[in-house]
Amino acid sequence: MTTTSGKTIRRWWALFALPTFLAFIIGFIVPFILGVYLSFCDFNTIKDATPIGFKNYAKAFQDSEFWVALGQTVSFAIVTTIIINVVGFAIAYMLTKAIRGATIFRSIFFMPNLIGGIILGWVWQLLLNGILQQWGASLTLSKNYGFWGLVILVCWQQIGYMMIIYIAGLQAVPTDILEAAEVDGANGRQKLFDIIIPLMMPSITVCTFLTITNGFKMFDQNLALTGGAPANESELVALNIYRTFYDRMGFEGVGQAKAVIFFIIVAIVAMLQNKLTTSREVQA
Amino acid sequence: MNSDMNAEKVRHPVLWTTLFTILSLLWIYPIVLVLINSFKNKTYIASNPFSWPSGKEFAGWSNFTTGVSRTNFFASFGWTVVITVGSVALILLCTSMAAWWIVRVNDWVAKTLYTLFLFNMIVPFQMVMYTLSGLADDLGLNTPWGLWIVYLGFGAGLAVFIFTGAVKGIPRDLEESAMIDGASVPRIFFQIIVPLLRPTIVSVGILETMWIWNDYLLPYLSLDTNRFMTISIAVQYLKGGYGSVDMGAMMACLVLAILPIVIFYLFCQKYIVKGVLAGAVKG
Repeated sequence: MTTTSGKTIRRWWALFALPTFLAFIIGFIVPFILGVYLSFCDFNTIKDATPIGFKNYAKAFQDSEFWVALGQTVSFAIVTTIIINVVGFAIAYMLTKAIRGATIFRSIFFMPNLIGGIILGWVWQLLLNGILQQWGASLTLSKNYGFWGLVILVCWQQIGYMMIIYIAGLQAVPTDILEAAEVDGANGRQKLFDIIIPLMMPSITVCTFLTITNGFKMFDQNLALTGGAPANESELVALNIYRTFYDRMGFEGVGQAKAVIFFIIVAIVAMLQNKLTTSREVQA
Repeated sequence: MNSDMNAEKVRHPVLWTTLFTILSLLWIYPIVLVLINSFKNKTYIASNPFSWPSGKEFAGWSNFTTGVSRTNFFASFGWTVVITVGSVALILLCTSMAAWWIVRVNDWVAKTLYTLFLFNMIVPFQMVMYTLSGLADDLGLNTPWGLWIVYLGFGAGLAVFIFTGAVKGIPRDLEESAMIDGASVPRIFFQIIVPLLRPTIVSVGILETMWIWNDYLLPYLSLDTNRFMTISIAVQYLKGGYGSVDMGAMMACLVLAILPIVIFYLFCQKYIVKGVLAGAVKG
């Protein structure tokens, strides 16, 4: 339904909606549609594309490195989502209590989020290689070092971000409910698991959504920390797609097909995850 | 975040403060380590990153001079500022206007637009990176100011989403009576709506700044890197072709990349926290 004022505003579409929409066409709609189309084509540049049906997808499905990278990405997303949210929540829970210096601790834990992924990758390369060196090893020696190094880096980076969201959520938990529970004789453990965590489900939904999608899309840190070394074994799927596009001649179509598969997976995960946690939300 | 006054008491407060102090020190240690190593001769950085740079290990400012000249660091810094400030300003102006138009008009066109913007939020960059960078090249958008449009287009989803949420909370009465008084639509938007949206504008601005300032792949693929680099591109560029990295220059560039961010953080922390919370919306 459009109101009278709405009708007047509608006439101003060229000023209000058009600039964003034009940029959106250039920056998203055309690249997206073209991307889907090109995944069914053989091409070296956008202009010389010839349709070849599902051959790119067949090649993508046969590429074992792609599946290894995808599997690794799934493990990475799961591991980081669990660690970041458990630790982030625990720190937030403690820092909403009367602890001296809590404000400074919050600031410090959050800080890594402001620094770019490429920069962070190099920062941690120095530290982790320095530690591994004590045992004569290095990050690029085995894919396990690269994988767990990336897990540590990303947890260190994102725990503070989720902590901020959890703190805001914890501060919104009504104190009268907690006081009533205390009167009824609930102990700290019961209050946390039976009252606070159920009431915190909206924050938990948001944070797990953010960490899972961040995990799937991880690229910059992966590139700067190991670049996939040794022999592309530590690469995650975003880096695998990038390499298929730009490091392998004649594989542009396969790269685009992988990108479409990747997009579908990310979209499904986001929707599933959202549905799952939203159904657990309760009202105070 | 300032409701500490009535915060619940905790058992063993000193123990917790000590524990968190240690944890905080560990948290900033990686950054401090880079700072220490930026003053160390490059050969010693790889062999012993944990030593203190004294005596023959001390490199003075030499890493900084090589790092800055090799990456043309200050030019990259300048281009990063141009790209970030321009893109964020354009995003704030255009998407807030679009969001208001979408909410108030609310017909099938507006609803379709809104759905498209929501869809944009779940598409990973890899899906469009090849076609978008090709298109940016063809349209001559491979410059810092061209990227303003690319960022507005690709980043519109989240900004429109947050702004529409904020606009929905603004009652129509004000604008309707202004309209009866004869005020024009642009005037209503800029004089009545924008002041009410100010907190959201700050939050979205912070969120977009954090993204665009640190973004690597989009500018790397879209920009004409012979002419323009961003800080992230310059740092990764130090790696060169086959593995060998001048770790001294690298450490210096990392310090130069991190330092302005930390200073910015010290002054704008309150707004940054608000931006994070504004972005904490379900996709």
